[in-house]
Amino acid sequence: MSAGERSDARDSDRDLLAHRCPEGHLAYPGHTVCSECGEEQSETVDLSGRTAEVLTWTESVASPSGVRAPNTLAIVEFTVDGSSVRALGQTTEPVAIGETVEPVPVEQLRDPEESLRSVASQSWDGYRFAPV
Amino acid sequence: MDVAIIGAAMTDFGDRDGWIRELLAEAGRACLDDAPVGGEAVEHCYVANMASGELEGQTGVMNALAHDLDLLPAYAERVDQTSASGAAGVFEAYQSVASGASEMTLLVGGEKMTHRETAETADLVASVTHPVEYRHGVTLPAFGAMAARLYMAEYDAPRESLAEVAVKNHHNATHNPYAQFQTEIDVETVLDSPMVNDPLRLYDYCPVSDGSAALLFCPVEEARKYTDEYVRVAGVAGATDTHVVHERPDPLAMEAVAESGEQAFEMAGWEPADIDVAELHDMVSVLEPLQLEALGFSERGQGWQAAVEGRTALDGSLPVNPSGGLKARGHPLGATGVAQVAELYWQLLGDAGSRQVTADRGLACNVGGFGNCVITSLLEVAG
Repeated sequence: MSAGERSDARDSDRDLLAHRCPEGHLAYPGHTVCSECGEEQSETVDLSGRTAEVLTWTESVASPSGVRAPNTLAIVEFTVDGSSVRALGQTTEPVAIGETVEPVPVEQLRDPEESLRSVASQSWDGYRFAPV
Repeated sequence: MDVAIIGAAMTDFGDRDGWIRELLAEAGRACLDDAPVGGEAVEHCYVANMASGELEGQTGVMNALAHDLDLLPAYAERVDQTSASGAAGVFEAYQSVASGASEMTLLVGGEKMTHRETAETADLVASVTHPVEYRHGVTLPAFGAMAARLYMAEYDAPRESLAEVAVKNHHNATHNPYAQFQTEIDVETVLDSPMVNDPLRLYDYCPVSDGSAALLFCPVEEARKYTDEYVRVAGVAGATDTHVVHERPDPLAMEAVAESGEQAFEMAGWEPADIDVAELHDMVSVLEPLQLEALGFSERGQGWQAAVEGRTALDGSLPVNPSGGLKARGHPLGATGVAQVAELYWQLLGDAGSRQVTADRGLACNVGGFGNCVITSLLEVAG
């Protein structure tokens, strides 16, 4: 963080909110408009109480500044009303393709003070995925 | 207007003493020395560079280069498209000539990286990610590992097949005096190297590099006044994929590679079978087979077989990364896309020394992010 930079992290949005447009297309995270049809994303679906399946994962020892090492990461897939929506996230431990996981809340996923990105530009809390 | 390339040069890639201004000037000057015209002919000057401000605290590098090479008052502009900055510069330089805006355009791509801690460069490169990705500490090499794990599971690709890509590219670089690693390795070297992002190891990845490369562009009719030794840009096209990597419907499809390739082939009136040599963006080993598939050189799920069977070797049916690729030539971010096209220039003109392949038509694919921004360029020897 540069001297003189705002240090107040953005209001916590430990969100795991999928965004849905009137056509029913789901996306995580939300975007200005739906990537599939260009419609406004008018509702959200909270994924934090749901389980997901591991699509792929890695255990990384080459962590960037401010990140735990080793850092286990996965891309997981949620199913909402028959549609799938994916999320990337840290995991609590090494996992396996196809394993069922659930989100567990974490106060700080990486140290913003050690990271390049401006602290105030984004949130730093969120969820890790843990085997069920 | 048909566009020609009439000069090419690059610096040694690797751990260099020079800073960004010096590296850019070294390649730019060598390119003008190689070309049949001097700096006074240059009307536009593009500098491909991702992060000289963040890495070194030196911004305005296009201005610095234009002054250092005495190109004033030529128009100068910096081009940033993350790891695809080099090819974005190729696209920009092509358009400057094709549009008639410039009769002579110098493109120099470069990056100075090795003076920073590895964790800092990893963070800088990963800063292309969306906030919901960045806060988890994901890196582009980690995305590569997740793609490799999925690829091996989906298509029964053997772990060794990815190592074969690195082995081939290291071998090719032993014939490239500019390459960062001019050493042979074997499959065991890769599989015994330290685990970096499970299941991928140190030798699956390109290094952190300093270096610069340059090209000189002009109209074909202008080139003919000076020389018979030039290549024609037959096609160049770019495309963009999702910013958030996990939002891609098929994580192994590299859709921006496919789209940019299709557009470039359409522009040239060619198809994959017309290509004699290719330079692909092997930041991580698995990206070479994924690009072979996306560009139509291999069927889906079969790209891994090419290196195993020797089809992409120097003496294969489609030599891929004769330069050594990012893996062994090195990957100074903004320089890479320019160095890929410089390699094609030398290969097509028969100036590639002991790594020379037989080729009239070549393809270069430069990838930014993890397939986020892609430019494919097609070149053909004159005549």
